Amino acid sequence: MKQWLWLLLSMLISTSVFANTMYPFGTVQQDAQFNHLLRELRCLVCQNQDLVDSNAGLAKDLRDEVYQWVRSGKTDSEIIAFLTSRYGDFILFNPPVKAVTVLLWMGPALFLFMGFCVFWHSCHRRNGHD
Amino acid sequence: MTKRYWTFLPLVLFLFVVAFFWRGLSLDPHHLPSTRLGKPLPSFRMPLLYDPQTVLTPALLKGQTVLLNIWASWCEACIDEQLFMLQLAREGTIIYGLNYKDNNESAKQWLMEWGNPYKMVAEDMHGKVAIDLGVYGAPETFLIDSVGIIRYRHVGPLNASVWRTEFVPRIRQLEHKV
Repeated sequence: MKQWLWLLLSMLISTSVFANTMYPFGTVQQDAQFNHLLRELRCLVCQNQDLVDSNAGLAKDLRDEVYQWVRSGKTDSEIIAFLTSRYGDFILFNPPVKAVTVLLWMGPALFLFMGFCVFWHSCHRRNGHD
Repeated sequence: MTKRYWTFLPLVLFLFVVAFFWRGLSLDPHHLPSTRLGKPLPSFRMPLLYDPQTVLTPALLKGQTVLLNIWASWCEACIDEQLFMLQLAREGTIIYGLNYKDNNESAKQWLMEWGNPYKMVAEDMHGKVAIDLGVYGAPETFLIDSVGIIRYRHVGPLNASVWRTEFVPRIRQLEHKV
């Protein structure tokens, strides 16, 4: 059992080392930016995976592209603007606040408010009856 | 009187949720709308499959309404549309092929096996042009007007019913304008 755990652990560590040697960066900041961006971006082929996890051909191409852009010093917003202009907001796991997504962002607060209204109303009524 | 209205609240909420899911679950996330519609083709220079010394550029596609079909020899679904593509080509539709992330030999072999409906086939070996076009799989088919503006994008194999409902009306409209 213990051996299996060690094997699993070493496999986990080896993949992260492997990922770093595949995409070497000059600075720690760029490395962090690259990893953070890949977590934000959706693979469009296997749609619930991000660009880090996906083995799809397109995901690899997009990883390579993002790598080149990060190395050439592009900012997050420049890279995201380029990718959304090609693939739409769907490539982002966090959709931007827009007219069509406002319900998505405000929905939870709205439902909480509605629930509170119902709660307040029923409390009020019960007090009235008593 | 107000009490009676409140008893209907759960029903109203239920209907709202039904409508929400009815719409939401019928959307297919694998058919993404193209963000390139109404925009010009990206600039590209792709070597031709049968003549790598010559390049395909957006300028070559101008002058008439054409289709740009993204395909590859590794793409299973591309076989499904090839018969229909050949029929379209016979009927006079101009189709350009973009060979997506493929190698020269297997692409030629595939065209020999399944037929070549393309006026020209260009190679996008590393999928760079495809990224510029917003391609996320093969096959995809773009409708390009005579000045090189992308008018429509179809994801997946093209067939007669998609052609009739999505392409023909748009092509008519484009020809009407000219």
